[in-house]
Amino acid sequence: MQEAIRISKLTIVREGKPIVSELDAMVPSGKIVGVLGPSGSGKTTLFRSIVGVQRIHSGSISVLGQSAGSKDLRSRIGYLTQSASIYSDLTCLENLRYFSKLLGASDFSIQEILELVDLTKNKKQLASTLSGGERTRLALATALIGKPELLILDEPTVGLDPILRVELWKLFHQLADQGKTLLLSSHVMDEADRCDSIVLLREGKVLEEGTPSELKARTGKTDMESVFISLIGAT
Amino acid sequence: MSITRIWATARRILSQLRHDPRTIALMILAPCLLMTILKYVYQNQPQVFQQVAGSLLGIFPMLVMFLITSVATLRERTNGTLERLLILPVNKLEFILGYAKAFGIAGLIQAVVVTTFAIGPLGLKIAGSQWMLIVVAMLDALLGLAIGLFVSSFAKTEFQAVQFLPAVLLPQLLLCGLLTPRSNMPGILRVISNFLPLTYAIDATNKVMQGVGSVVNDLLLIGLFLVVLLAAGAVTLKRQTK
Repeated sequence: MQEAIRISKLTIVREGKPIVSELDAMVPSGKIVGVLGPSGSGKTTLFRSIVGVQRIHSGSISVLGQSAGSKDLRSRIGYLTQSASIYSDLTCLENLRYFSKLLGASDFSIQEILELVDLTKNKKQLASTLSGGERTRLALATALIGKPELLILDEPTVGLDPILRVELWKLFHQLADQGKTLLLSSHVMDEADRCDSIVLLREGKVLEEGTPSELKARTGKTDMESVFISLIGAT
Repeated sequence: MSITRIWATARRILSQLRHDPRTIALMILAPCLLMTILKYVYQNQPQVFQQVAGSLLGIFPMLVMFLITSVATLRERTNGTLERLLILPVNKLEFILGYAKAFGIAGLIQAVVVTTFAIGPLGLKIAGSQWMLIVVAMLDALLGLAIGLFVSSFAKTEFQAVQFLPAVLLPQLLLCGLLTPRSNMPGILRVISNFLPLTYAIDATNKVMQGVGSVVNDLLLIGLFLVVLLAAGAVTLKRQTK
């Protein structure tokens, strides 16, 4: 199995407080891996260190065969931040055009991506007038530009209605089928079931990992919500 | 370094401005209004208006661009777009130059309108060429931008960014020779003023206004300040946070 991300003994300390400590994890290529955990468990910090904007204290992160944050990775990773990092005072199309110019992608792919995230009819709309869900989708669209091999998605479905969430998950699986790797975080436990494998984080440490069915078997529960509560609740 | 990416950033910033007509109107109209007020404040001393107005033509663009740039880059920092950009194949200098290009264009438009308004309706007389005055005003705008870009890396909030105006620009305004010729100032202040970019901006404007002396040295020094400040802005732009 090819590795998209390999993390070993990662420790991140912020203001004297360990956010991530001695963390080991592996993300296989072409899979959807979900990182779950209560808020404050270090999900966002972990993602930021993978894309290379978070300074790490010790340990190593290898991304697509290179050290995290190296220059060659910049066009190969798509990153969706937790709060939609888009320009509110630009239209959807202008936002996408800018990111596309920076990545040297074609205008044709913008149309394609607008279709994918279902924003074609909003393309001339200012981002500040979009609904919360539309903003998230626009931010996701900017992450898809340039056809990155690895997508790091921090809470991609937060604030979306169930129908849209199903649509997005269809898209995620479609992308994984094309060989892309997706690492995402979520608060919604039924989404965990849709991941190929799950990493459960608590206080910056990996509490448990495995496929959804493995975790269910290990805890003797039938739904992910109960799995989560029994694993996180137990100490 | 890629010209395409510099242009992409410049065009993006100009599009943002275009969607914000109120800012454009304020950028153009506020200096014209101030010049008009100045004209009537000195109605009985037209020679004072002649002296002060020229210098102000250079100071307005600097103040405006300083404020716009520090707020704009701080906004990029707080809404996360800067972080998004820095993980893309964007060179930090490309980002900075994109800003310089966009606001340089905005500064040029402002300078053309304001100097034309001052020379036309307000009857400001300049001995040198209007075009040279515009060039100086535009360089001043870029100077304001470069200082804004640089200091905004030291600001964590919008409040702090705005406070850099009295902390960084106003001392220059006091020392640049606008209030009293630099030769009247105590030695130590004169020495300090030698190291402040606004000093040369005001010197160049005065020379154009009076049509005496060469501004080449002033322009070269302003250019040097620009290069150093923009480079410092790029260096202080950090890809990683602690």
